[in-house]
Amino acid sequence: MPSSLALEGGGDEWRLRIAGDWSARALAEAQALLGDLPQSIAGTLTCDWSAAESPGIGPAWALLARIDAIGGGRLRIQHVAPPRHVAFLDALRRRTPVDSPSDDARSPGALGALGRWVLSRGAEMREFAALVGRIVTVLARAVRQPRSWRLPSLTRHVYETGVTAIPIVCLIAFLISVIVAYLGSQQLRLFGAEIFVVDLIAIAVLREMGVLLTSIVVAGRSGSAFAAEIGAMRLNEEIDALRAMDMDPIELLVVPRILALVISLPALTVIADATGLLGGGLLAHYQAHISWPQFADRLRAAIAPTTFWAGLIKAPVFAVLIAVVGTYRGMRVRESPRELGRQTTIAVVQSIFLVILADAVFAVLFVRLGF
Amino acid sequence: MPTIAEPVIRVRDLVNRFAGQIVHDGLAMDVSAREIFGVVGGSGTGKSVLLRTILGLQTPTAGRVELYGREVGALSRAERAEIVQRVGVTFQNGALIGSLTVAENVQLPLREYRRLRPAALDEQSRLCLAMVGLPNGAADKYPSQLSGGMVKRAALARALALEPTLLCLDEPTAGLDPISAAGFDELLLYLHSQLDLTVVMITHDLDTLFRTCSRIGVILDGRMSSGTLEQVAEDPHPWIQAYFHGPRARATRRGSDG
Repeated sequence: MPSSLALEGGGDEWRLRIAGDWSARALAEAQALLGDLPQSIAGTLTCDWSAAESPGIGPAWALLARIDAIGGGRLRIQHVAPPRHVAFLDALRRRTPVDSPSDDARSPGALGALGRWVLSRGAEMREFAALVGRIVTVLARAVRQPRSWRLPSLTRHVYETGVTAIPIVCLIAFLISVIVAYLGSQQLRLFGAEIFVVDLIAIAVLREMGVLLTSIVVAGRSGSAFAAEIGAMRLNEEIDALRAMDMDPIELLVVPRILALVISLPALTVIADATGLLGGGLLAHYQAHISWPQFADRLRAAIAPTTFWAGLIKAPVFAVLIAVVGTYRGMRVRESPRELGRQTTIAVVQSIFLVILADAVFAVLFVRLGF
Repeated sequence: MPTIAEPVIRVRDLVNRFAGQIVHDGLAMDVSAREIFGVVGGSGTGKSVLLRTILGLQTPTAGRVELYGREVGALSRAERAEIVQRVGVTFQNGALIGSLTVAENVQLPLREYRRLRPAALDEQSRLCLAMVGLPNGAADKYPSQLSGGMVKRAALARALALEPTLLCLDEPTAGLDPISAAGFDELLLYLHSQLDLTVVMITHDLDTLFRTCSRIGVILDGRMSSGTLEQVAEDPHPWIQAYFHGPRARATRRGSDG
């Protein structure tokens, strides 16, 4: 039978007949019926449950709440043939006060929000500076104590961040330089200067694209991995366990990762440079019909002695940026797994941003220095 | 009209095998309505696997598992949605959704299975939290801000949201201090007496076992021997003797007798 609710009486005597399906499943229907009860009920209200089929807790709770909302404390309520849990719910209602909105739910306002943002940024900067300081301390100590170099850990991270990244770095460097060479040769053909596609490739790959593409791939692969690994260790209290054994997590976890990336990122850059030149050369050969000896001659003429180094010198700097941001974000994970995902995302976004920013600074610097 | 009281859970000839390791080997288990059934066993004897199999979260290698007289593995989508509403579950670590507040966690099943207005949802989550004795202030907190005991209570509140008739609890008092654990026992007994619940719980907590369970089942060598506490404790199997007559059990019994 569908749920129904019939109100009879008037003045000081009211009777509420609760009938049909009042089980938990009919909660929505019960809520709708209760919403239709008039506000005018006063005096004594008798709730007759005798025709209710398997009344549930939720609907009964809703009924009690609705009656409370109508009558406040003034209404006298009697139950006829109530299900056992009505008494239980009644006791529960009396025990738990109707909740008042908590104080800290107040919205802080725009100025307050700005203030909180500034404070949290300030705290973040301080923490970051502290981390950098501790890294430098550990490095300084490592110079004096060879034991704290943590070689096994270092080699593992060189393998994970460097060796396993070779295929993807090669593929991306190869494809991008093919694209650049293709578009470049199309434009240069208009001037009959197709041979200069070699200059284009050489300078673009060696100075900028090799190192930049590699850094972005590594930031996505290893920067995120650093943040996630260290973050997961934090959540699992592994960092605290290390501290409790008086082992420095910076020395054990952070510094090996930074050093590993400082080794593997330049190595990857050299590999990316080579595959980039190969890709560009192949396109120049087959598309622009430049023979290999011609290509080699032109390449030698195009690159200054500094061109290769102008790219490679940036690699360790980018490596430090990626590794420090990744490990810092990992160390910032607190409390919840949700934070882990958030910090990992921030690690990737921030390290890519910083790499590009640093690249711009290098570009200006090199021009000023005539490098 | 059912003539004979169907057992709420019936497990027959259950076999679970993982990578050559036999966990359950012809396990049988019956739980009838309104009892509190405790599942006991050493580490690695497949207590959680049993619970997961009963809930249909895991397909057994062989055997038959029935919930309310219907085979769990053979349920259609609609039947499954129906049965799910009659079973409340809590997991070992609470398994509250981390990105939702406690109130939203409790409202999650209600949003899925009932069409309620926001005010009604709030009212129902307040009911569930009040039932498990959580203060109003807990509603807007995130699980990571709660203590272990509060997480267990919030998980119970979510399990109760759809008014199940069967509660499955995986180690509800593990990791709680004795006072919180005792509080949880009392809460469980109180809810059981008020709400006509059937409870199946995995527990290592001897206090909980002695205090709340009307029957217990011990998993031994892939099978279950079950009965009242006194019946099971008389089993001469060395593990049972060690479990029920070891130093910790003696201490607990002394405590509950005195």
